[in-house]
Amino acid sequence: MFARSSARITASALPKPFFITRSSLVASQLRPATTTASNSASTQNVSPDDAYTILVAQRKQRPISPHLSIYQPQLTWYGSAANRITGSVLSVGAYGFFAAYAVAPAFGWHLDSATIAAAFSGLPAAAKFGLKFAVALPFSYHSWNGIRHLLWDTGKALDIKDVYRTGYAVLGLTTISTIYLVMI
Amino acid sequence: MNTTFLSRSLLRAATSTSLKPTTTTSIRTLASVATSQTAPAEPGSKEPNVKQFQIYRWNPDTPEKKPYMQTYELDMNQTGPMVLDALVRLKNEIDPTLTFRRSCREGICGSCAMNIQGSNTLACLCRIDVSNSAPVKIYPLPHTYVVKDLVPDLTQFYKQYKSIKPYLQRKTPSPDGREYRQSIAERKKLDGLYECILCACCSTSCPSYWWNSSDYLGPAVLLQSYRWLADSRDEATGARKSAFENEMSLYRCHTIMNCAKTCPKGLNPGQAIANIKKEMAFGS
Repeated sequence: MFARSSARITASALPKPFFITRSSLVASQLRPATTTASNSASTQNVSPDDAYTILVAQRKQRPISPHLSIYQPQLTWYGSAANRITGSVLSVGAYGFFAAYAVAPAFGWHLDSATIAAAFSGLPAAAKFGLKFAVALPFSYHSWNGIRHLLWDTGKALDIKDVYRTGYAVLGLTTISTIYLVMI
Repeated sequence: MNTTFLSRSLLRAATSTSLKPTTTTSIRTLASVATSQTAPAEPGSKEPNVKQFQIYRWNPDTPEKKPYMQTYELDMNQTGPMVLDALVRLKNEIDPTLTFRRSCREGICGSCAMNIQGSNTLACLCRIDVSNSAPVKIYPLPHTYVVKDLVPDLTQFYKQYKSIKPYLQRKTPSPDGREYRQSIAERKKLDGLYECILCACCSTSCPSYWWNSSDYLGPAVLLQSYRWLADSRDEATGARKSAFENEMSLYRCHTIMNCAKTCPKGLNPGQAIANIKKEMAFGS
């Protein structure tokens, strides 16, 4: 008992800036030192009904804590996001092309293989490379990661070491197969 | 009406048990800090090793003021090794309004779960990284409603836990009228499951749970559910499984694996969920 109170008095007697060397704390954000020392927090009785009203009012105000913007970049969730994005890109591309192919005769478009191949061969080398890369990368990643997911569905390779091992394997295989697909 | 009721009581809860060091040491150490800044340091006293802490602040008493990051500084020579030590010292000595949950300080209660340096962990098990001068950033558990500062509202999390009936369900009496016995192999299935302390680190690290926490149960609760599905003594396996026959409760898990990566107890909720999915598809 004695030990504790003397510790508190000492703490309160010390000047405030003392624990902070180059603090960016604004003085007004601090309570006066005395509140630390004398535990002067007052209590007030609140009936259960009133407490509930207060709780409901508070819940309406509560902010949602930050998530995507502050969570540490990790292979786990970045890889998963990449899987979603590449999947969406491939789906939108495929469905878009098939739909265009289906309605092409009505609009007089020529989307047959020969026309596309001819149009593609007329492009400058950089554009050819870019287009092939834009298709090959999502296709490679999504395919390899799809195999990883099939492995996971069997309940295997799910400890964190294997998750990372297979994750890096997918990245490596993606790089190799993307380069190959761009070169052919 | 006193609108500060809740926050006050939280604050009180955190201040009432003070974790101050013993009197003599504390006065001496404090005194040496004072002299080190104003006068030449005492012989043998170390150079102050200052570490910055950037902490998420939001006060329900001033809800119009947006959440902000507040920077504090502490001399690491005077502070314990864990992030919780720093938080306790900040609260006791610099800013008593700083609010966070803590209890056991040894990683068994799960109270001090928070987002430290970008990943969820228990402040009491997380060492302060003194290898560099970067500030330690501390946020509440991600995508939770903030009660105050680092205190998240876990009401939904606990409701979901309750919904999986986390207790032994059995009608058949044991053959000899004594305990429900298990073989060593049956008991072994519960290893890696029963150790979960429900700190909510994994659930709040899961992007799928961020977007669907109203319907998706999340890794922690699913691991707990598997703890009972895997229990040889439990007889409600059918009912437990049929509760998952919808697209949200279980199948919002996309094997992202942030859960296993972040678990401060080294458990693997992702594996448990994969086992549930497998048993749902093929039977156990």
